[in-house]
Amino acid sequence: MSTFLGLPAPPGAPPTAPPGVGHLRGDRPFPEAAADALADPQLRHNLGRATRTIRGKRNAVVAELPDWAELRAAGAAIKDDVLAHLDTYLLQLEEKVTSAGGVVHWARDAAEANAIVLELVLAAGATEVVKVKSMATQETGLNEALAAGGVSAWETDLAELIVQLGDDAPSHILVPAIHRNRAEIREIFLRAMGGVGRAADPGLTDDPAALAEAARLHLRQKFLDAEVAISGANFAIAETGTLGVVESEGNGRMCLTLPRVLITVMGLEKVVPTWQDLEVFLQLLPRSSTGERMNPYTSTWTGVHPGDGPQEFHLVLLDNGRTAVLADPQGRSALRCIRCSACLNVCPVYERAGGHAYGSVYPGPIGAVLSPQLTGVAENPSLPFASSLCGACYDVCPVAIDIPSMLVHLRERVVEDKRAHSRIPTSEQALMSAAKWTMLRPGRWAAALRAGRAGRVLGRRRDRIGALPPPLSAWTSTRDLPRPPEQTFRDWWVSSNGGHAEDGGT
Amino acid sequence: MRVALFVTCLVDGVVPDVAKATVRLLRRLGVDVEVPLAQTCCGQMHINTGYAGQALPLVQQHADAFRGFDAVVTPSGSCAGSVRHQHPALAARSGQAGLQRQVEDLASRTYELSEFLVDVLGVTDVGAYYPHKVTFHPTCHSLRVLRVGDRPLRLLRAVQGLELVELPDAEVCCGFGGTFAVKNPDVSAAMLSDKLRHVLSTDAEICSAGDSSCLLHIGGGLSRTRAGVRTVHLAEILASEPVPA
Ligand code: SF4
Repeated sequence: MSTFLGLPAPPGAPPTAPPGVGHLRGDRPFPEAAADALADPQLRHNLGRATRTIRGKRNAVVAELPDWAELRAAGAAIKDDVLAHLDTYLLQLEEKVTSAGGVVHWARDAAEANAIVLELVLAAGATEVVKVKSMATQETGLNEALAAGGVSAWETDLAELIVQLGDDAPSHILVPAIHRNRAEIREIFLRAMGGVGRAADPGLTDDPAALAEAARLHLRQKFLDAEVAISGANFAIAETGTLGVVESEGNGRMCLTLPRVLITVMGLEKVVPTWQDLEVFLQLLPRSSTGERMNPYTSTWTGVHPGDGPQEFHLVLLDNGRTAVLADPQGRSALRCIRCSACLNVCPVYERAGGHAYGSVYPGPIGAVLSPQLTGVAENPSLPFASSLCGACYDVCPVAIDIPSMLVHLRERVVEDKRAHSRIPTSEQALMSAAKWTMLRPGRWAAALRAGRAGRVLGRRRDRIGALPPPLSAWTSTRDLPRPPEQTFRDWWVSSNGGHAEDGGT
Repeated sequence: MRVALFVTCLVDGVVPDVAKATVRLLRRLGVDVEVPLAQTCCGQMHINTGYAGQALPLVQQHADAFRGFDAVVTPSGSCAGSVRHQHPALAARSGQAGLQRQVEDLASRTYELSEFLVDVLGVTDVGAYYPHKVTFHPTCHSLRVLRVGDRPLRLLRAVQGLELVELPDAEVCCGFGGTFAVKNPDVSAAMLSDKLRHVLSTDAEICSAGDSSCLLHIGGGLSRTRAGVRTVHLAEILASEPVPA
């Protein structure tokens, strides 16, 4: 009866993202890691303010489009078509990129992707590279892999730069330094810039314009010196072999045009069939992510052009568990995600727990889905439970990913996985079985409810219960519980003849 | 029209007054509501905790218990949401075509209380009298799974003597989330404390909602902090009448 759900992966199933490389797993369960952030008032304040502002902007620019629902449906449909014919579109993309003078590399996992990139960088004779924000290379842990190979990688997005100089981890897809305020940023700049390049002016203030100027001067030197740039991609257009990056600061354009060699690492689900499809996403993405009608810089490039821009272009297509996600019919729509981060900004759990608690480069609601999908649920078993299933994420997702239903689906896989790996039932399993057994027979159920009233002794002196033993102490640590009633509803219904005995038979 | 009350396991065992109020209210509006005693629980806790396999027989039992009724009404947005959305999905995955038909049919006849009053009975003024200052938490599943919209607010605005005050950030989750409150107690408590802050900022005497589960969570927090604000289910407010002279 219960075996039709969440069967363990059959032999020969596509591999998940391997352990030991990249950033998809935390070292602590979510509830434990979240407790840190909850105890940090500055972080709570920053997160609350930042997410509230972005939410407001997003809502305003989405509300002004009368056809948002249609756009959203179109975005979901295009992505579903891509996922259904991924093999076709990827081969088409490879052919077009190659014929435009680029080189396509296929990376099965993070380790392969990192090795390919390191080899390309070393072949170009470089020991420094500049990077434009890329989730895929954070996922693979590329910077660490490059460092191990003697190559320094410099992040050039303002927020990523802050994170990198602060020796920190990003906490938001779109606003990686959302957990830092400007006083902290000033300190980081003063302390760290000089050691790795052009130093900040010692008289630097925490005025946002001054901070941006310090970053600009520091980065400009990096762009001019770099031989190799590494980017991610928001999309790739199969029909022409064109790559695209959507950004706000212009550092992407510098990376994509100045260095001699350009290496782009992209998750293989980012391909779209045609330029026409792009129209949909260029409306959905900026409105959902930064709350702008249009993002400041949209760069597209196709292969190489003699005497203009990079003279060498490499595209690394990353799997790292994506094929395994695709193989799960109930989970595959997570690959529609365009990384807009709207779901993070509305998530009440993310707003309080912060990005680091998720232990992965993908935080928030989509991270709670995607990280365990990519690694396999056994390695991220607490993430699918890091949600109250309030549904706010589904409402704002521009490609209509039903995140709550997917979380529930992954919870089933976690439960199945635990059951498959231990013959002794957990206390939760025992509790659930007992509850089912009781609830399947109204007679047993009525008796159990009556027995539950024995709990009345707990609250004898007041009408509230203030402390219960574990695991229910997790409830009573912050909330009271009402004392059980004198009579259950069903007993009242029967004894009072449907209430008619009480009110004299209406 | 044969109407059944889907009591829900929580209301049955913990807050029976909510079901009694629902019965009183419906009778006052001329609906002779029945209570099939074969009902127990819709299985939502099992489903949301990852035990869909265990929930399937409960889904079957729920569908059997409410066979033959024209409408099923429940004072819980979350349980109505489970019956309308999770049951059909689960039945479809089970591959049992008969169950799927039965469950889809029941889903189309299942209503949360405010939906039943406004859409089926066509009333917003239910003749209630409740001279208190009230704020309303709309609850996530009523809002985003059932899309009840402003139906509860329309019902409350029509209640004589009631002063309705708007709850800031009303649409944000209170942090209950079923087993979430136990599995992630710290985050749940942080969400609750923000909700309590907003409730207190309204200066209301009563915080109401259409879900007893969220109300137990919010009420538990209010009681712990001795906030002096009570939680009262929507059904109990709508069932209140002026004391006869
Ligand atoms: S899941 Fe949806 S809302 Fe969240 S980042 Fe992806 S596209 Fe955006």
